[in-house]
Order: sequence, then structure tokens, then C-alpha cells
Amino acid sequence: MVSIQNLHKKFGKNQVLAGLDLEIKEGGIFAVLGPNGSGKTTLIKCLLGMVIPNKGNITVLGNNVKSGSEYRYKIDYLPQIANFPSNLKVKELIKMIKDLRGNTTKDQELIDLFKLEPFLDKKLGNLSGGTKQKVNLVLTFMFDSPLVILDEPTSGLDPISLLRLKKLIQTEKANGKTILITSHIMSFVEEISDEIVFLLEGKIYFKGTINELKTKTNQPDFEHAIASILTDNHA
Amino acid sequence: MLKILKYSFYDLMRSRWSYVYFAFYLLLGIVLLFLNNDLSKAVITLMNVIIVLVPLIGTIFGVMYYYNSKEFTELLLAQPLKRSSIFLGQYLGVAISLSMSLILGLGLPFIFYGLFMSSAIWDFSLLLITGTFLTFIFTALAFNIALSNENKIKGFGYAILLWLFLAIIYDGIFLMSLIMFEDYPLDKLSLIGTMLNPIDLSRTLILLKLDISALLGYTGAVFKQFFGTNFGLVVSIGMLAVWVILPVFRIVFKAKKKDF
Repeated sequence: MVSIQNLHKKFGKNQVLAGLDLEIKEGGIFAVLGPNGSGKTTLIKCLLGMVIPNKGNITVLGNNVKSGSEYRYKIDYLPQIANFPSNLKVKELIKMIKDLRGNTTKDQELIDLFKLEPFLDKKLGNLSGGTKQKVNLVLTFMFDSPLVILDEPTSGLDPISLLRLKKLIQTEKANGKTILITSHIMSFVEEISDEIVFLLEGKIYFKGTINELKTKTNQPDFEHAIASILTDNHA
Repeated sequence: MLKILKYSFYDLMRSRWSYVYFAFYLLLGIVLLFLNNDLSKAVITLMNVIIVLVPLIGTIFGVMYYYNSKEFTELLLAQPLKRSSIFLGQYLGVAISLSMSLILGLGLPFIFYGLFMSSAIWDFSLLLITGTFLTFIFTALAFNIALSNENKIKGFGYAILLWLFLAIIYDGIFLMSLIMFEDYPLDKLSLIGTMLNPIDLSRTLILLKLDISALLGYTGAVFKQFFGTNFGLVVSIGMLAVWVILPVFRIVFKAKKKDF
């Protein structure tokens, strides 16, 4: 599904990714974890071609990321901070993205799911953070792409919407999609992910299931396992 | 690219600033026509305003639009779209909507004044063509500056400096060098000097067409002597086109390498 070899990225003097290798196979939910500034978002942006790596090779579904933009038809991406053009209405934004990317009928279903109907005629600049995130989710899930990348999907969501999101992610998984998630909410990650990838200092520190991580670190629960990695490495 | 162009264009057409810009030109056209009471004279006065103002507005609008639409750009970058089409679409959206404000704002009062029955129509069209060229040139330069500077304040600063340099300082240096080296033959130098600055080039171009190149002194005389009016026109317009094409190439080149 996704294959990354020897990925390097520097921002000025700051080495964010230092020779990262990662293979993600098809189907399932993968969580990318790591302390702040460990390169999670940079990694995701490299996958999307938004950040151009200094060195290394990335292929998504057999397409080299450098070779064009067509491969992004197969990726749904939820950005970390929902920044939208503030003078557009929600309805117009959805219409615009559909126009740019191809038609879909799934948007209405998602609007109903997240109860966005009353906000459709409001401008994006006037929406609260949580509502913006819901719009963000609609835009992400309305295309049926085999790879879904979610960068901090839970931020700003109320408990009910969070439940709906979890259900949505599980449905997508059942449809055979590959889902890549970054999050700092450990309970969310523990509940939802099949496998975790732990980034530390620009490299993969650990890749495997949560149980494997617990055995490796000798900790009884997931949160402590993560904490023990961080204290052992002085991060 | 056309879809991005469409959305950028609509976005700008709905913004207040396009109307302010349009209304300003409308007012300027009407006032000049009433004060001059003569189409050709109004064209000359208008030229002096346009030559300085159009580059300023193009630069500021270009920088402002780029920084303001950063979110929109990031949204688009994650979509299956080519980088070059995203940035070219946005650039053309800004440049075309500014040019439209200019052409409509100035065109309407002149048409109502009886432009089509006047002999000034060609001079006036040339004025609008150079105005459009200047809009395209300076919007492209502004996009270049904004693409190279993450910091908004720096970007604005450089953009204003660029305008100040090309609109005012360049002329000063040019003039000083002409005075300092007045003992030498300066035809070629002044010719090249004019070519290298799109504002000077536009001014020369219009004055040549208005056939009042004597007013321009040295440069105009040289231009007339070297090219004759028609050839000079073609070369000048070609040079303006180069001034559009080079910055646009750099936009595409720079956008391909940038991290978002």
C-alpha cells in the first residue's frame, strides 16, 4: 500500500526525518505516534507530496509520489488544523471540492451523520473549531479512496461526534480501506488501531501491535508503555 | 488550472477590494474627462497615473492574495492537482480580475464620453493594453516575492521596495548615470536601461504612440531614431511579454520545490 525507503527531510538546520523506512500493508488501521516534533505531520505531508523530501523514495499504491499528482485520487486526507477560506460557505466549499475532484453522493450521508445541515449556509470563518473539524471530516470521507490519512481527527470534537467518528472509521476499515491516523489521545489510539508506528528522532522506533509494545516495554498498559519509551530515550 | 482560475476569480470578484479598485478607476476616468474636456489630453494625464498606480496595486494585491489564500492553497495541495496549475490558476485569477477592474473602470466613462467616435481610441487602447501588461507583470513579481518569503511582513516589505525601486529609484539612478556620463555616447545605455524596467518601458511605449516623444527628451529620441514608431512598438510589447513570462516561469519553478 505505502512503501517508504530512507526518507530524509531537513527544515533549515532542523533534521526532522532521518532515514525513515516504513511499509504499510493493505487494510487495517495504523496509528502513527510520537512526541511533539517527531515528524508525524512531516511524514504525512511527504506522502501527500506537500513536503518535498531531501532524500528517499515513497510509493503509494505502486505510484512514485514524485511522478505526478494523479495518485492523490486514491488518498483522502484530513489536515491537522482545519483552515478553510473564511469567506466561503460550507455548501460552496463542498461543491468546490466535488468539482475539483469528481462527483460523489456520499456527502449528504456524512452531513446527516455529523448533523451539519443547519451550518450549510454559514460562512466557514464564522464556524466554531469543532464544527470546522466536522466539515473537514465530511470533505475527507466523501470520496471512496483506498487510503485514508487522518491527522489528529479528534481535535475539537464533542463526545457524540467522537463516537460517530469512531464508528465511521470502523466502517471504512470493514470496507477494506487502509487508514493512517496520528493522535495524541492514547485511549482513542488504543481503542481503534490495529497496529502502531512509533516515531522518535526522525526514525521508526517501534512498529507492531499494542500488545507487542506492552511486552517489549514490560508495562501493563498502553499509556505507560508509551511513557516508558519517552523516558528511556529522554525525549 | 481553469477550475482554480475560476474559483480564484470568483473569490476576488466577491471581495470588496475589486469593487473599490473598479470604483476608483471609474471616478478617475470621469474626473479627468470633466477636467480636461478632451479625450487625448485625458489619456496623457491618465497615463501618468496608471504608470505608477497599476504596478503598486498589482504588487500589493498579489502579495495580499497569496498570503490570504494560504489555507485555500493547502487545501488544494492535498487534492489531485498539479502544483503548477494551482499557482498559475491563482495568479491568473488575481491578474485577470485586476485587469478587468482597470479596463471596465476606465473604459466605461471613456465610452460614454464618445471614445468610439474619437481619434484617441488607439491611444486609449494602448494605454489599457500596457496597463494590463503592468498588472500581469507586477502580480507575477508579487507572487514570486510571496513564494520566497514565509514571513508576511517581510514579503510586504520586499514588495513595496520592489515597486519603489522600479517606479522611482530606478529613474533617479538612470538619470544620474546619464548626467555623469554625458560626455560619452549614451544611446545604447539609455535604450537598454529603458528596456530593463517595465514601468519606463510602458511610459516610453505610450509616449511614442502619442507622438509627443519630444517631451520625453533623450530616451524618446533614441527610441524613435532606432526603431521608428511601429518597430519600437513591437519590440516594446515583446519586451513587456518577456517581463510577464520570466516571473511566471519562476512561479512554476519555485512552487515545485516549496514545502507546505
